[in-house]
Amino acid sequence: MIEKLIFYFQYPFVRYAVIVGVLIALSSSLLGVTLVLKRFSYIGDGLSHVAFGAMAIASVLKMADQMALILPITIISAVLLLRTGENARIKGDAAIAMISVGALAFGYLLMNIFSTSSNLTGDVCSTLFGSTSILTLTLEEVVICVVLSIIVVVVFVFLYNKIFAVTFDENFASATGTNTKRYNLLIAVMIAVIIVLAMNLVGSLLISALVIFPALSAMSIFKSFLKVTVCAAILSVVCAFTGIIISILAGTPVGSTIVAADAVAFAICYLAGKLVGGRA
Amino acid sequence: MSLLTIKDLSLGYENMTVVDGLNFTVEAGDYLCIVGENGSGKSTLMKTILQLQKPLKGEVLVGDGLLSKEIGYLPQQTVIQKDFPASVKEIVISGCQGQMGLRPFYSKKEKEIARKNMERMGITEYKDRCYRELSGGQQQRVLLARALCATRKVLLLDEPVAGLDPKVTLEMYEVIKKLNDSGITIIMISHDIGAAVKYATKILHIGKEIFFGSKEEYLESDEGRFFLSQKDGENK
Repeated sequence: MIEKLIFYFQYPFVRYAVIVGVLIALSSSLLGVTLVLKRFSYIGDGLSHVAFGAMAIASVLKMADQMALILPITIISAVLLLRTGENARIKGDAAIAMISVGALAFGYLLMNIFSTSSNLTGDVCSTLFGSTSILTLTLEEVVICVVLSIIVVVVFVFLYNKIFAVTFDENFASATGTNTKRYNLLIAVMIAVIIVLAMNLVGSLLISALVIFPALSAMSIFKSFLKVTVCAAILSVVCAFTGIIISILAGTPVGSTIVAADAVAFAICYLAGKLVGGRA
Repeated sequence: MSLLTIKDLSLGYENMTVVDGLNFTVEAGDYLCIVGENGSGKSTLMKTILQLQKPLKGEVLVGDGLLSKEIGYLPQQTVIQKDFPASVKEIVISGCQGQMGLRPFYSKKEKEIARKNMERMGITEYKDRCYRELSGGQQQRVLLARALCATRKVLLLDEPVAGLDPKVTLEMYEVIKKLNDSGITIIMISHDIGAAVKYATKILHIGKEIFFGSKEEYLESDEGRFFLSQKDGENK
């Protein structure tokens, strides 16, 4: 088995997949903790559908650089969605549902009407489930991915204390002089970037899993914000790595294998948390 | 100049005015209780003082060397906080955040402020415990320590004893009294009129009639007598 792995690792596209996968998993899990705690889990889902819609538009327009359209559209939607969420929770909820299904429907509609591809269902399926795109990344895409995820991680580390303050108690933070609007905006932008990056890895339907699972797993074991964040990051990286390796060895779809690994990790953490919690 | 001057303030939502023509001042060392029925605009007033919300009319002026971000705030608990994985230490030190500007990490100075305030509130022994596992009274002390990290002068307390049992309520009032004795100005929203007249030096009653004055004047006033007799009736 190890020989088989070494054999596969000789190919650059396999190495790219592992690097990109691990970095995306790391950055998505960091923000996942904040999203889950702020009750914004659904925003990841909504945004990924928006990104799907944007991608449909980009491919209909036959744009060479799809990222140039997808990224701005997703960022704008993220900012708008988080803003409505501030004003009224329930309205924000409905807005997310509306935008996400709407984008999904229009995306498929556009692709269906204008696509020249002979294998439309296959195209749509691979955008939604990210079946093989991670193994077909060009060097340029890999560099963009690496740079963007490193920026997200660095920004997160530097804003860690402020993100904590804003997540735990936005009113208090704002009343005592923290510019909460600015940090909410930054959080929104970072989420959008992660969502767009993660589309390559797991496809737009499974992105939420990458954001939510590690955070929930870590929260069921640990009780301080720092430990939860670190644990979520480690779990996510381990699951992404394992998932990619398994998918290469067993020939399973990359995205679903990673998410399955995340789900298994969650089950283990949940049980472990119950056992420890019962004793303490 | 007074610490806080409220000038001709009107509060409300969109086109509905709840309170009109509100005028009062808070001096250093005051213990002000804001009382009134539900929906009379107490929480809106507090949010306006904290600049979380804009007034319909009028203004809130801070003076006497106080900056508006130096007002410590003890909010009511939110749903988010009920199952938030954070240690006591992490929450208390987050009170220093407002003074940090763009600096990303806490220095020795902030850690020292957090340590002192945890000691002051008697929560040093739980500093590594998880917030959600503490009792209601302990959680309030944690949030109070956090508020103290944000201020040395003024504390705004929004229903600080809501949901606490009588014994812990009494302890909470004593803690607040001690803070006031040590020179911190207290502004407290309360339903508990009995405690308000026992501890406060000044009372602001908002509702159909607005009253502002010392506790003694309040007890003599029509609003005070009416409100107190009503509350007594509830308790019997």
